[in-house]
Amino acid sequence: MTLDEVKIGGLGASRRRVEDNRFIRGKGNYVDDVVLPGMLHMEIVRSPLAHARIKKIDISGAYKIPGVRLVMTGEMMAARNLGWMPTLSYDTQAILATDKVRFQGQEVACVIADDPYIARDGCEAIVIEYEPLQPVVNPMQAVAPDAPLIRDDKVNQTDNIVFDWEVGDVIGTDQAFAEADVVSEIDMHYPRSHPSPIEACGSIADYDRSTSKLTVYMTTQAPHIIRAAVSLVAELPEHMIRIISPDLGGGFGNKVPVYPGYVMSILASILLEQPVKWIEDKSGNLISTGFGRDVYLKGQMALRNDGKILGVRMHTDSDHGAFFADAQPSKFKIGLMHSAFACYDIPNAHLTARGYYTNKAPGGVAYRCSFRVTEAMFFQERMVQAAADDLGMDQAEFRRKNFVRDDDFPHRTPFGFLTDSGQYEKCLDVGLEAIGYDDFLKQKEEAAARGRLLGIGISTMTEPLGAGNSREYDILGIKMFDSAELRVHMTGKAILRTGAKTQGQGHETTWAQIVAHELGIPAEDVVVEEGDTDTAPFGMGTYASRSTPVAGAAVSMVSRKIRAKSRKIAAHLLEVSEEDIDWELGRFYVRSAPDRGVTIQECAMAAYSNVPDGMEPGLENNAYYDPPNLTWPFACYIATVEVDPLTGVWDVLRVVAVDDCGVRINPMIVEGQIMGGLTEAYAMANMQFITFDADGNCVGGNYMDYLLPTAWETPGFELHEVVTPCPHHPIGAKGIGECATVGGPAAFVNAVIDALKGTGVRNIDMPLLPDRVYEAVTQHHDVSGAPPVKTD
Amino acid sequence: MYPSRFKYETPSTVEEAIGLLHDGGADAKILAGGQSLIPMMKLRFAAPGTIVDINNIPGLDYMRTESDGTFRVGALVRHVDLERATELKDSQPTIAAAAHLVADPIVRTRGTFVGSLCHADPQGDWASCMVALDGSVVAQGPKGRRTIGVDEFVKGPFTTVLAPDELAVEAVVPKAQGVRSGGYLKLERRIGDFATAGVAVAIERNGDVVSRAGIGLTGVGSRTINAEEAAAAVVGQPLTPDTIERAGDLAAAISDPRSDHRGSADYKRHIVATFVTRLLTSMQPTREQSTEERVA
Repeated sequence: MTLDEVKIGGLGASRRRVEDNRFIRGKGNYVDDVVLPGMLHMEIVRSPLAHARIKKIDISGAYKIPGVRLVMTGEMMAARNLGWMPTLSYDTQAILATDKVRFQGQEVACVIADDPYIARDGCEAIVIEYEPLQPVVNPMQAVAPDAPLIRDDKVNQTDNIVFDWEVGDVIGTDQAFAEADVVSEIDMHYPRSHPSPIEACGSIADYDRSTSKLTVYMTTQAPHIIRAAVSLVAELPEHMIRIISPDLGGGFGNKVPVYPGYVMSILASILLEQPVKWIEDKSGNLISTGFGRDVYLKGQMALRNDGKILGVRMHTDSDHGAFFADAQPSKFKIGLMHSAFACYDIPNAHLTARGYYTNKAPGGVAYRCSFRVTEAMFFQERMVQAAADDLGMDQAEFRRKNFVRDDDFPHRTPFGFLTDSGQYEKCLDVGLEAIGYDDFLKQKEEAAARGRLLGIGISTMTEPLGAGNSREYDILGIKMFDSAELRVHMTGKAILRTGAKTQGQGHETTWAQIVAHELGIPAEDVVVEEGDTDTAPFGMGTYASRSTPVAGAAVSMVSRKIRAKSRKIAAHLLEVSEEDIDWELGRFYVRSAPDRGVTIQECAMAAYSNVPDGMEPGLENNAYYDPPNLTWPFACYIATVEVDPLTGVWDVLRVVAVDDCGVRINPMIVEGQIMGGLTEAYAMANMQFITFDADGNCVGGNYMDYLLPTAWETPGFELHEVVTPCPHHPIGAKGIGECATVGGPAAFVNAVIDALKGTGVRNIDMPLLPDRVYEAVTQHHDVSGAPPVKTD
Repeated sequence: MYPSRFKYETPSTVEEAIGLLHDGGADAKILAGGQSLIPMMKLRFAAPGTIVDINNIPGLDYMRTESDGTFRVGALVRHVDLERATELKDSQPTIAAAAHLVADPIVRTRGTFVGSLCHADPQGDWASCMVALDGSVVAQGPKGRRTIGVDEFVKGPFTTVLAPDELAVEAVVPKAQGVRSGGYLKLERRIGDFATAGVAVAIERNGDVVSRAGIGLTGVGSRTINAEEAAAAVVGQPLTPDTIERAGDLAAAISDPRSDHRGSADYKRHIVATFVTRLLTSMQPTREQSTEERVA
């Protein structure tokens, strides 16, 4: 009797999320829920100015408040060699400002007190004198002749440029442009956005002098990287550091970097020998922690009249804020921007990138994307639409003509990536059919005759998800593989631990499904645990859609090791040789006598009670998985919109999403990821950005200005699927967590630009606020959204 | 939320509340719905010494239309009460139109109509409606009650003419002199967003002739704007495309918006004109309506 895989919660089962049992009952255990005996509370004083010299800090007022235990300033940190810390991109970042403040919201002092009210009273009692300096709020200002030097702390830094970087073939690309019939151009700004998890950052540091052990409860997506970083920064031995990342209220890339607040709470706990809790408020999170995007994108495409793309030139100017703290692989200065155009068969491409320091918060984190892939795909799909328009070609037809063919995999992209698999044209066809493409074009024409502006936008893309391999991908030299450890108990129940860290993705549910698929142990019999560096195997954490491609693969591999040992035990129990045994889900049987068999649970019991001579007892193992390649999911997103020409307001009519992420482990969770991603895509296209005024004030540092869409305005999404299994992943799965956030924005923007077709408008920068759209509609020109925002 | 230290009082009568306000002086603040006060205390923009919570005072949650048509809203009527009062659609169309556009559903459940007027946020929707309707606020202090027209009540951004020891106990909308129509339009990027611009219109007609009109503007100046000239442009004659356009232009002209991340000043003025035009156009009586009213 063969087990039904879906019934035991294996692959393809839309199993309800195990973790929701506690979340919907309010029984989650977040950092702020952790209370330790004798715990003190820390609060941070932040700079009100974007760029200013610190003249004087008077902390005496804070010490007059009963219950204030410690006040720390940059000077004190510097005296302990903790004024600065390394960033994830080989730069340095101030923990507490010493010489000057370099962005609004920068940490200047902190107060540790008996309760959080007193800590805040203490912060208010600190008096700081600043001498304002000229602020820099965009790359153009950063290289202006009169620009102030932001990083005067760095010995060899003479300007505000972080890096110059290039990739691709400059000669071949020049040649392609020389041969082009048409050259299409685009010039855009992808605005600064913020991952904005519902739970902000926080930590509880607990240094115990009697054991010399430092335990830190921390909101981190990558606890093992943090352990290594703390060991290096605080000069504590790694085995005496335990990082516990409990339940996380979302991450989206925001909880990858090391933030000053973590380090301050650790130092405070060491100094006071008491646990110190720091819980960041939402404004602190929005103004000071890792943002996403903020890149200027200039592109050129060399085209033949028949619609064939001959080559692409890309240039990016990226605004990194005051410290280069991007969380990304060391080798790639502008992340995986050069993954752009991977789904198109383009012979030549060249990318140049320049990074800039500005007086803005640091940390270009990958906000729900695989290291700047969001910008890359937006760049690609906006460029593709502009090119199709310039050629007078239908935008779907233009894509179809340039797609990599199904039989052309693996395909080497012009920037050197190797895409693994896909059925691009099929996905596009499913999307066009679902939206009713031809009908909509007719409807659009009829509406135009009555003065109504309808538009349709398409975004098709493949993106690289699941870093490593470890040859090319590392963070601070630590190679990007991942791990899983599986212990099967004697009754056939199991505990699985991985080096990843769930933060809403549902690992506790889906990892068990992979075990069920590999071993036939029902998913409900497998408990999943992550986030404690004392118990979990070493891993690089969860971001960049790498969990399923890397840690998920490790879960498969460790399960297979368990199966291999179980096979030997089964042979012993069945008294036949291993070669005479076959496997079906959950059971070994004698090939010649299929009725004679033992279940995986029987093997587990025997592992603890009846192992063959010479075999180690027990049934547990681990696996470290170094992926041979990234996984390459494909997506086709199509949006239709109507623009109100009198106000510039645009409404979404329909959104169709076709995702091919290979084999779906839990379709319900996959669909949830896509809907969440499309919601964020809609938000970025429609309403969401963090901008700055000319004085460097952050506009968007609270939820009245930084808008998260609600169910009220979020459009409905129609989901479809195509399945092309990943050829190199053990279960054929590809990453999916970020596809919709990455590919979605261009669909909405392309739709609005399409509605304005014929007016000469090529671009409106996101978010497509009504005033920007209105300006484009009435003035017939492109609209820039680059800061500083105009105010009066 | 970690506000500064404050005293918390829960009076059970209006008189007791006024006494506490009197004792607390300028440092005392009334807590009704708390949807603006509490966020400000959280951010420590506001640090009142005493909070006088009026939620335990019975008899302030009434909402009623008097026999003569006067509409009264007590100090503890929540936005959601107005939103759910379907009968207001005919009798108070401006208020009914605005009720589901105030803030977001969560705020509407707790926030109060009168509290919103007292907060005097230039972004407040209700003040614009009340200006359009020529409404007033009834304030009670140690010396008794007084009635203040909303236009006079709002002194400037976040300031009113209320004395520190006065409690706004009621808002009043006068009865209509003719057939009342009204509406409210607000441009916001997301539900609960501050308005880029908002427009409240209330008109009263005798036959086709507009006998009274009021236009209040939200978020386009340092206080709620009473666009009197714009309103006057449609009074004394039937609504026509010409008078409507003129009202739109006059409303845009009296707007005094700031350029910011929600839009340029010019854009916001344009939105005011567009919304005034759209609202008044929607209020032009259809031929059937005119006939029906004449017969009635």
